[in-house]
Amino acid sequence: MSMDQRNIIARLQQEILPLQGFKPVSLDAAADVRLGPMDRTFPNRRFPTGAVHEFLSSAPEQSAATAGFVSAIAGMLMQKGGVGIWIGCRRTIFPPALKAFGIDPQRMLFVDLLQEKELLWVMEEALRTEGLAAVICESPGLDFTASRRLQLAVEKSRVTGFVLRHTNRSPGTVACVTRWRITPLPSRTEEGMPGIGFLRWNVSLLKVRNGQPGSWDMEWREGSFRGIVPDLKSLSGEQRRKTG
Amino acid sequence: MPRFMYIWFRHLKTDWFSRRRPELRMLPFVLSSLQQGRVVIVAANSLAQAQGIDVGMAVADARAVLPCLEVIDDLPELASRLLKTLGEWCIRYTPVTAIDGEDGLLLDISGCPHLWQGEGAYLKHIVTRLRDNGYDARAAIADTIGAAWAIARYGRVKPIIEPGEQLDAIRSLPPAALRLDPVVVARLNRLGLVRIGDILSLTRQALRRRFGTELLLRISQILGAEKEMIVPIEPLLPFSERLPCLESICTASGIGIALQRMLEALCAKLQQDGKGLRKAVLTCYRVDGQVIRTEIGTSRASHHAIHLFKLFELRIPLIDPGPGIELFVLDAAATDEVSSLQQTLWAGDTDLESPALGELLDRLINKLGSDVVHRYLPDERHWPERSFKAAASLEEKTAAAWPCDRPRPVLLLSSPEPIEVSAPIPDYPPMLFRYRGRLHTIKKADGPERIEREWWLEKEEGQHRDYYSLEDAAGARYWVFRSGHYGMENTRWFIHGFFA
Repeated sequence: MSMDQRNIIARLQQEILPLQGFKPVSLDAAADVRLGPMDRTFPNRRFPTGAVHEFLSSAPEQSAATAGFVSAIAGMLMQKGGVGIWIGCRRTIFPPALKAFGIDPQRMLFVDLLQEKELLWVMEEALRTEGLAAVICESPGLDFTASRRLQLAVEKSRVTGFVLRHTNRSPGTVACVTRWRITPLPSRTEEGMPGIGFLRWNVSLLKVRNGQPGSWDMEWREGSFRGIVPDLKSLSGEQRRKTG
Repeated sequence: MPRFMYIWFRHLKTDWFSRRRPELRMLPFVLSSLQQGRVVIVAANSLAQAQGIDVGMAVADARAVLPCLEVIDDLPELASRLLKTLGEWCIRYTPVTAIDGEDGLLLDISGCPHLWQGEGAYLKHIVTRLRDNGYDARAAIADTIGAAWAIARYGRVKPIIEPGEQLDAIRSLPPAALRLDPVVVARLNRLGLVRIGDILSLTRQALRRRFGTELLLRISQILGAEKEMIVPIEPLLPFSERLPCLESICTASGIGIALQRMLEALCAKLQQDGKGLRKAVLTCYRVDGQVIRTEIGTSRASHHAIHLFKLFELRIPLIDPGPGIELFVLDAAATDEVSSLQQTLWAGDTDLESPALGELLDRLINKLGSDVVHRYLPDERHWPERSFKAAASLEEKTAAAWPCDRPRPVLLLSSPEPIEVSAPIPDYPPMLFRYRGRLHTIKKADGPERIEREWWLEKEEGQHRDYYSLEDAAGARYWVFRSGHYGMENTRWFIHGFFA
């Protein structure tokens, strides 16, 4: 493929993006979400705000890692003020802990519902409210129609939504822009030092519309994400055999 | 010029019993109650009255006159309850209705009858509806409350007294029509003053000397020289909208349209006065006499018709229109000054004070209840599950800061769950623990962090907690604690949270 052809394809890609709901946001208005090495994988080379993201988890440990990762992104979205909404049925999120992810817990509103069927209604109403920084919903169930409704809601209001799905069932097809799975990784401490190091996660981007799925190891250190290169020493025997 | 209507229910209580038990309709019956050791008749239906049985007779005497007389126990408070219901029903004809005594309703109908094509049709409509429902009602319309009262009870010629003609109309009525004390009436009768016209021909001084000021006051009131106040059943609210419907409405979309129209009018009024709605009550008057109420509340004063309609929209399915609704009344039960918010220069960021957020919360709270939305503030307490408290409002602030010097888990279990632990030496973090049947081998650990119990707040004896942050071989991070000292009998281990 010649350079010309590649340019044409890139230009066409740029024209398709707005049609699919990825509006190019002006630089000063957009909240600065930086995901370190992951940034270049997204369309427009930026974490898509004003979209709905889906996060899968199956164990409580994974849920905690997901909650931490999402809180970190929401913290970046809420940096310039703004209000976040956290919707759940049996919410276990610990408000004081959000401080560590850059969220002022007083600016986060928690909606605790009794019935799961109301979760998505509340989420849709929240996503329609222009100006909210982030809407996070812990909803195990999400079907294609519901996710399509959420996507249509955010295309108008430009609110960023996160659906945290703690479920062991197969996730099915949904209309969300991305699908993620966050797994905790062992932290690293300096040689011979006691304690636990900075939080580390394996972030696998299972699906991303118009982007490149992949898997990254990331560390949350001092309010920003950093990519980590797995060093051979820390790999287990089986993994070492795999990587060679 | 005010106009008043008086409705007199001649057999209010007995009519109600006949309505409930149709077999009574054909029987003479009375209501009785025990008064000073005697069973006395307190109400009698028209059939009983035709036999000469009337209120105040002893039941034993009445039985002597009419052995087949049915006697039913009187229900206390029945009359006032019935009048209140009937008065509320009459609100569909005029907003100001009041209860008068034990057997009457008073309506301020100024400016209302033209909606029913004149006073004649208006009166006929009301009386017919009441009679269809089994109530023996007599009504009259006049310029003054006194005149309407007198004509309804004693008038024989015509029920509607044209404006300014009350003097001629009452001349031939007996003095009792002046709403006087029975003693005064008896005295008037003894003196041969059997018509109001006779009394009016005497000088005021003579009347005052003989009968006191009450008689003069009543005469002034009936002629309109003295104003009378009435106390409406429903207090008149400054912000209220009424929408009578020509055709009764029984669809949700019809109710929606009615609501929209009323809200727009109400909000325009509110906006003029710089007020906003905090609580609104929608009252639907059904054709069959049922009254349905539904209300909404807002967290902040609002005169935004579209937003308020959205709140009501969630309630529309709960309104049962039955055979149809003929009148809607929308009352602003609580209003507040609207703080005119300065529009933010850079639109896009919501603050906790932003109207859009307030409207979202109103929608959630009105649909799901007031206890679903929480906001937390730091609380200066020791134990982690008590280190935050729910804020009462969106504006509430606190001087306390969020503690962030210690690691805290992102998920906290609502109550700690017991785990099995093996720890090598006292006050060392565990080597491994078993939680929900799975064994976790600890690779890295931090702690202990001792958190004392709050003995000054707790009633029962508790133990301090030593918290450890643990990381297992897979990289999962946990927050566990040992309750009490190591090696003691009642020492137990718990898992309390998960780190991200």
